[in-house]
Amino acid sequence: MMESDRELLLRLRSGDERAFVSLVECYHEPMLHLAASFVPSRAVAEEVVQDTWLALLRGLEGFEGRSSLKTWLFRILVNRARTTGSREQRSVPVADPEPVVDSSRFDGSGSWADPPERWIELAEGRLEAGKLAYRIRAWINQLPARQRAVVLLRDVEGMSSEEVCAVLALSEGNQRVLLHRGRSRLRQLFEDEFRGVR
Amino acid sequence: MRLLLRRDLVCQQAVELVTEYLEGTLSRSARRRFEAHLAGCPHCTEYLAQMRETISLTGRLEPEDLTSQMRDEFVDLYRRWRSEQQ
Repeated sequence: MMESDRELLLRLRSGDERAFVSLVECYHEPMLHLAASFVPSRAVAEEVVQDTWLALLRGLEGFEGRSSLKTWLFRILVNRARTTGSREQRSVPVADPEPVVDSSRFDGSGSWADPPERWIELAEGRLEAGKLAYRIRAWINQLPARQRAVVLLRDVEGMSSEEVCAVLALSEGNQRVLLHRGRSRLRQLFEDEFRGVR
Repeated sequence: MRLLLRRDLVCQQAVELVTEYLEGTLSRSARRRFEAHLAGCPHCTEYLAQMRETISLTGRLEPEDLTSQMRDEFVDLYRRWRSEQQ
């Protein structure tokens, strides 16, 4: 078990309210975003997250630390969201036919005809000014559910691919395809946002 | 003009390999081909930089603070659980 988890568990088990509140502060909102990718409404997502917190508390005594506390928490969430949600179709395999960059942007030999426009500095400036974060949130929310779940866990939460596979019960290969599509779509949205701004 | 070798990547293929490249899951030869393509292609180099920037930007999103009402609700939840324990 990780040292930070061991200490946190001790505090949670021994009645330290602040330890619980700080855990909620870290993960309540991220869990809401993830739950929303499985269930049809915000209200249902909130219910699922509430249930998850209760399940965490009830499971504390039995937690053995085979995964990190965070991975365990998100697994509880995903299991509950899957039982509740109807949106996700687990049996559908991850299809891989469509290119992530529109083929009209390449010439007949496969070289860029309409190359990527530069936007990195513009995005940095706008993020700094506090005017980009809510747009990025909105774009992530527009991603197809499974891509959204992977992007939220990998790139927003910073989990490793192993952790994401464990939380979402995905193979490494499927996780990577979903990540590739989600990230590529977001890159395109950044480019669209800043196209012609220069 | 250099002949296009069968093993050379074109841009349209390179953009599909970006995630595998960043994840470190390309074979050594595929990685070499990818890097050789980048070395001669400023557009794909920019594309890769933009994918890295996309990851970096999403990684800087932060959860909003809990409202004081929610904080109180969670303290209540925790206290109820504690009292069940005893």
